[in-house]
Amino acid sequence: MQTEKPIVVAKEPFVSPPKKPFRLSREGAFICLCLLPAVLFVGIFTYYPLLRGIIMSFQNYTLFNLLDVRFIGLDNFFAVLTSPEFPRVALNSFYWVAVSLFFQLLLGFALALFMRRRFRGRGIYQAFVFFPWAMSGFLIGLIWRWMFNAQFGVINDLLVKSGLIAAPIPFLADGKWALAAVIIANIWYGVAFFAIMILAALQSIPEELYEAAAMDGAGRIQQFWSVTLPYILPTMLVTILLRVIWILNFPDIIYAMTNGGPAGSTHIFATYMIDKVIFGQDYGQASAVGVIIVLLLLVFTVFYVKATRMEKGGDF
Amino acid sequence: MQRDHIWWQTARVVVLGGFLAFAIFPLYWIVITSLKGQKEIFSLPIRYWPDEVTLLNYVEIFRISHFQVYIWNSFLVSLFASALVVAIAMLGGYVLARFSFRGKREVMFGFLVTQMIPIFIGMAPLYVMMSKMHILNSLFSLILIYTVMLIPFCTIIMSGFFQRIPNALEEAAMMDGCSRISALFRVIVPIMLPGIAATFIFAFVQCWNELIMAVLFIDEESVKTIPVAMNAFIKKYDIEWGAMSAATVLSVIPTMLLFAFCQKYLVEGLTQGAVKG
Repeated sequence: MQTEKPIVVAKEPFVSPPKKPFRLSREGAFICLCLLPAVLFVGIFTYYPLLRGIIMSFQNYTLFNLLDVRFIGLDNFFAVLTSPEFPRVALNSFYWVAVSLFFQLLLGFALALFMRRRFRGRGIYQAFVFFPWAMSGFLIGLIWRWMFNAQFGVINDLLVKSGLIAAPIPFLADGKWALAAVIIANIWYGVAFFAIMILAALQSIPEELYEAAAMDGAGRIQQFWSVTLPYILPTMLVTILLRVIWILNFPDIIYAMTNGGPAGSTHIFATYMIDKVIFGQDYGQASAVGVIIVLLLLVFTVFYVKATRMEKGGDF
Repeated sequence: MQRDHIWWQTARVVVLGGFLAFAIFPLYWIVITSLKGQKEIFSLPIRYWPDEVTLLNYVEIFRISHFQVYIWNSFLVSLFASALVVAIAMLGGYVLARFSFRGKREVMFGFLVTQMIPIFIGMAPLYVMMSKMHILNSLFSLILIYTVMLIPFCTIIMSGFFQRIPNALEEAAMMDGCSRISALFRVIVPIMLPGIAATFIFAFVQCWNELIMAVLFIDEESVKTIPVAMNAFIKKYDIEWGAMSAATVLSVIPTMLLFAFCQKYLVEGLTQGAVKG
C-alpha cells in the first residue's frame, strides 16, 4: 500500500475564513464555528475524493496491483477512449439524457399547465402524480423490470391485447429495445420533477397579465405564447440545465433494470464507471471515466449558458 | 376569470386522468403482484386482479432473508444521517442567511459545485478512504457519506428558510438579554419547525433510497440496508418476483407515508429557491 499524506483541509479553495487581519471577533468566531462542520465534511469527503480521483485518473491504480501505483500520463484516458465499448456508451449516454429529458419536459410541462387552475381534490391528486419523484431509482428499475418481463410482463400483455404487437418482445434481453425500456422508466420517474418546478413558476404569474392580454383580444393560445412562456422561461432553462447534469449522473434505474446489459447495450457513462469500480476494480480507468463526465458537463454548461444567454438574465 | 369551453374542460379531465393512470399503474402493478400466489404470478393469461389474495409473499421475504434486519439498518442509517444533516445545515444555513462575511460567496459556490458534480465520480478514492479508516461494512460509513452528500443542498435550503424570517425577531430577543445562540433556539427554531421537518424528511427519504454508495461500501449480511440486500437478490439467481414485489412494497411504504404527510410543504419548500433564482 502506498502511504498517503494526511488529509489537509486547508487545501480546499473555500475553507479558510478571513485571513489577513486575523482578529477574530466574537461574531467571526460564531460564524466559523457554525460553518465549520459543513465545510469540513464537504471538504474532506467530497472535494478531497474528487481531487484524488483526478490524480488517480493519471495513475496505474488497479486493486490487483496496489504495489505498483505510478503515474502513467494519459494512458487511462486512451484506454477508455479507444475501448471497443466506448462509442456505444457515449451514444447511449446521449440518448439517455436527450430522450429522457425531452419527454420529461414535454409531459411535465403539460401536466403543470393542466394543474394550474384549482380543482377539487388537487392536493390529493398532486400527492399521487408527484409520488414517483420520491421513489428510489433502484425500486423504480425493479418495478419496470418486472413490467417489461418478456413472458409475464404486463406491458407485453397490454401491447399484445391492444394489437400493437403480434408476439411478446423480450424488451430487456434485446439490445434493440433495452435502452428504450430503461428510458421509459426514467421518463416515468422524472415527469414529476419538471411538473413541480413548472407548476411553481406558473403559479407565480400574476393573474393581471392574463387579464391584460385578454383585454387586448388575445386568445388562449396567444396568451400562452405571449404571457405564459416568456414568464416561465428562466425557470425552465435553469431546470433543464440541472436535469441534464442530473440525468447523466443517474445510474440507479439502469443498474437495477439491466445493469448495462444485454452485452453492454444499455451502459451509460455512470453505470460504465460503476462497473469498472465494482467489477473491473480498475480505479485509474474508472476515475478517467469520471473526469471525462465532468469535462463533458463543463463544456456543455458553458455552451448552454452562452446559447441561452442565461448569465444576462441573472436568473442563475 | 375566463370561462372554460366545455371541450377544454373535457380535455382537461382526460389529460389529468391519463397522467394519474400513468403515475399510479406501476405502483398498482407491484402491489397486485405482491398479493398473488407464486403460481398465479407465473401463469398466463395475466390477471389484473388476483384470483386469490394472499400474504404469502410477505411471509416468504422474511423467511428467505433477514428482512427485518435490513429495515432496521436502513432506518438507523436514515435517522442518524438526516438528524446530523439537519443539525449541521441549520447552523450553516443560519450563518449564511444572517451574516455577510469574507468567504461567504466561496462557501456558497463550493456547495453549489457539489450539486453539479456527483459524488460517485470520486467513488474509487472514497472506497480507498473508507477502507483506510476501517469503516467499510459498517453503518457508520453510510451515515457519514449520506450526511456529506446532503449537507450542501440542505444548507442552501435552510438558509432560504432563515431568510424568510425577519431579523427583527431575534434582535428583539437579544435586546432582552438572550445570547445569539439562545435567541436562535428559543425564537427562530420554533417558527421554522415546519421547514426543519420538511428538510429532515427530505433527507430521510434520500438516505432511505440510496443505492450506489451502499452497494460499494457494504456486503456483510448484518449491516445491509434494504437496497443492498434486494440488489444481492436480483443479481444472484432467477428473481423471485413474488418476494421481490413484497419487499418493494414494504420498502416503499415509509417513503409513501412521509411523502403524503408533508408533500405539499416539501414541494413548496424545495421550489421556493429554484423559482426565485
